Amino acid sequence: MAESIPATHEESHGDSHGGHHEESWVIKYLWSTDHKIIAMQYLFTGMFMALIGGFFAYTFRMQLAFPGESIPGWGMLTPPDYNALVTNHGTIMIFWVAMPVLIAAFGNFLIPLMIGCDDMVFPKLNRLSFQIFFLSTVVLLASFLVPGGAFGGAWTAYPPLSAQSAYSLTPWGAPLWVLAVALEFVAFLMGGINFVTTTMNSRAPGMKMHDIPMIIWMIVIASIIFMLSVGPLVAGAVMLLFDQLLGTGFYDPARGGDPVLWQHLFWFFGHPEVYVVLLPAMGIVVEIITTFSRKKFFAYKATLYTTFAAGIISFTVWAHHQFIAGIDPRMAHIFTVTTLLISVPIALITFCSIATLYGGSIRFTTPMLWALAFIFEFLLGGVTGIYLGAAGSDIYFHDSYFVLAHFHYTFFPIGIIATFAAVTYWFPKMFGRHLNETLGKIHFWGTVIPFNVIFIPLFVLGLAGQHRRIYAYTLFPDLAKAEFQDLRVLATVALLVLLVFQVVFLYNFFVSCFKGRKAEDNPFEANSLEWTAASPPPHGNWPELPTVYRGPYEYSVPGREKDYWPQNEPS
Amino acid sequence: MSTSRTANPVPYSTEPRTPAVPSGVLGMLIFVATETMLFAGLISAFTVYRASSVVWPPPDQPRLPFEETAVNTIALLASGVLLYLACRTLRAGDHTKGHKFLLASTALGAFFVFFQGAEWVALISDGLTLTSSNLGGFFFLIIGLHALHAIAAVGVLFHAWLSLRKGFVSLSLLAAAEVFWYFVVGVWPVIYLRVYL
Repeated sequence: MAESIPATHEESHGDSHGGHHEESWVIKYLWSTDHKIIAMQYLFTGMFMALIGGFFAYTFRMQLAFPGESIPGWGMLTPPDYNALVTNHGTIMIFWVAMPVLIAAFGNFLIPLMIGCDDMVFPKLNRLSFQIFFLSTVVLLASFLVPGGAFGGAWTAYPPLSAQSAYSLTPWGAPLWVLAVALEFVAFLMGGINFVTTTMNSRAPGMKMHDIPMIIWMIVIASIIFMLSVGPLVAGAVMLLFDQLLGTGFYDPARGGDPVLWQHLFWFFGHPEVYVVLLPAMGIVVEIITTFSRKKFFAYKATLYTTFAAGIISFTVWAHHQFIAGIDPRMAHIFTVTTLLISVPIALITFCSIATLYGGSIRFTTPMLWALAFIFEFLLGGVTGIYLGAAGSDIYFHDSYFVLAHFHYTFFPIGIIATFAAVTYWFPKMFGRHLNETLGKIHFWGTVIPFNVIFIPLFVLGLAGQHRRIYAYTLFPDLAKAEFQDLRVLATVALLVLLVFQVVFLYNFFVSCFKGRKAEDNPFEANSLEWTAASPPPHGNWPELPTVYRGPYEYSVPGREKDYWPQNEPS
Repeated sequence: MSTSRTANPVPYSTEPRTPAVPSGVLGMLIFVATETMLFAGLISAFTVYRASSVVWPPPDQPRLPFEETAVNTIALLASGVLLYLACRTLRAGDHTKGHKFLLASTALGAFFVFFQGAEWVALISDGLTLTSSNLGGFFFLIIGLHALHAIAAVGVLFHAWLSLRKGFVSLSLLAAAEVFWYFVVGVWPVIYLRVYL
């Protein structure tokens, strides 16, 4: 049966094989309403886009390290191409990698499995969500093939540069970019409605609010933040599209418009968006750390309520991106305070994860390494953010490589490290086979070490005043010094190493998909419900839906023979 | 089933769950929350723009028809009330009466859309267009977006009425349509007072 809503249509009753149709490959994998298939569609699209985004990073980092030389795989990089590649690297990595993988793929895969139901509440809406997302991907990639090339006005698309083709020089690329982003938001809106409604209404009998695994709460809260913040951005995007195509002057100062208005609308969404991707990442880390520490998660309720608090505060920090955009200094003070304030709940969640480790019997599996790396690297990202949140120091750091390095120290742990943690942890459940642990660890070190070697030099360059968005530093005598150039080359070489090590992951992933050791139902001896289903779970997830008797983190309970206690086991 | 070992004081129930809010309504409520933020974004952008303009309204632009639209506003609010009555009578099981209320509500909604269309034709011929000034830009953007919602909602209400005439309407569809129409009706007075006044 394809839907969890009470079936009223005749075709759902017409067959005798436990509600299953014999489906063709297309229906089964491309037109499915099954949440697991949709999760895979999001995951593979996200992985494909990550390769493209990574390739873009390679091209412009090569240009910065070896300006004016032909880049293997691309050729000479012209300034408009450089702009388009940087812009779309950012856009792709945030909107087409971090969001589809962390929220859409793992949200779709985990929510029904972890709360114990057979599918999302609105399965057809879910299918439509992916289809629109796929369309948005096509539109974004198509923008590279139109006259004038892809949009090059940075992923923040500030007007007036982005609002008129006379400035952006991309008469087709800029509107296509806005359209792709808008379509993507519609897709995630549909996904978010499903996530929240399913979690609220379809939980297994017995699962109370405080028995919901933290990752599910994090995805739900992230979806709520996303849906409440995306409206103003869509409003702003429509106005931008009208400016580009219909000749309105919403952002044109010459006609009474206000370019800073876009910055407000964009960052009103843009900052909560950080928490939209951060919260699922932290949820993943909580699940993994608890499982591999064999200990109850420290302070479940405190973490849950602080997450809500972080979600609320995240709506009040946006103008810290605009300290030098001419906003009133008194307003800047307010936003400094709220920005520093939001580090408190996030620090609390991090401390709870660390406290969970204390006294546990830790198993250093590959997913555990990724989860610990997340905490360590994200900590650096969070601490460097304090300098940017304070208006006084931000005036110096603004638009320098310090911002860029800080940003990547938050988003790389979120979008890459936590994603690898999740993929390696749930891989046995998703594909029914184990990944190779040795290759997993080689890939781990080959990713985390080069990551630091890329971005620590960029912190140094930013402190020395190196500005972002410069095509060739040879034109700027102050920045063209040899010691700076050496750091740029170091960062680029580290990026090459990082990219090469991703081949190890891809090899491990695809070979293990087909040839890996067969996975048992609960290979990591974890408590939450997804491990009680078969690996991989069949359509409908369980022959009989589970009942829940306790919270998800009852590890090492005294007096029990086993050190774990599945949620569905009657006491 | 003893729960003595778990710290939780409330015993675990294994009864199937009955949702506090039906899924269709909850989904629509979340959607409406997003829509509210969309309109909030547009209206606050308009407010900021208006507050920072030296002269308001732009002197060479036609005045917005505040008085005529008051009639239309009342029609829309009445449509909302009628839908409430329709749903109440339908849930009580009185189909003939609910049927009439639903049709009246739909008709008033359609009246609102047509009145608005006529108003647009007049304004455009008077020289207020999307590109004539930012007043025109914001006016057509905000009112047009609301009109799109109204048209979609009237379509859903009409669909519900048609299925009711055939003898069956899904109560969850009706409840979701109800939430959406209340949103379209409820956001209008805010738009009216901010944009027209």
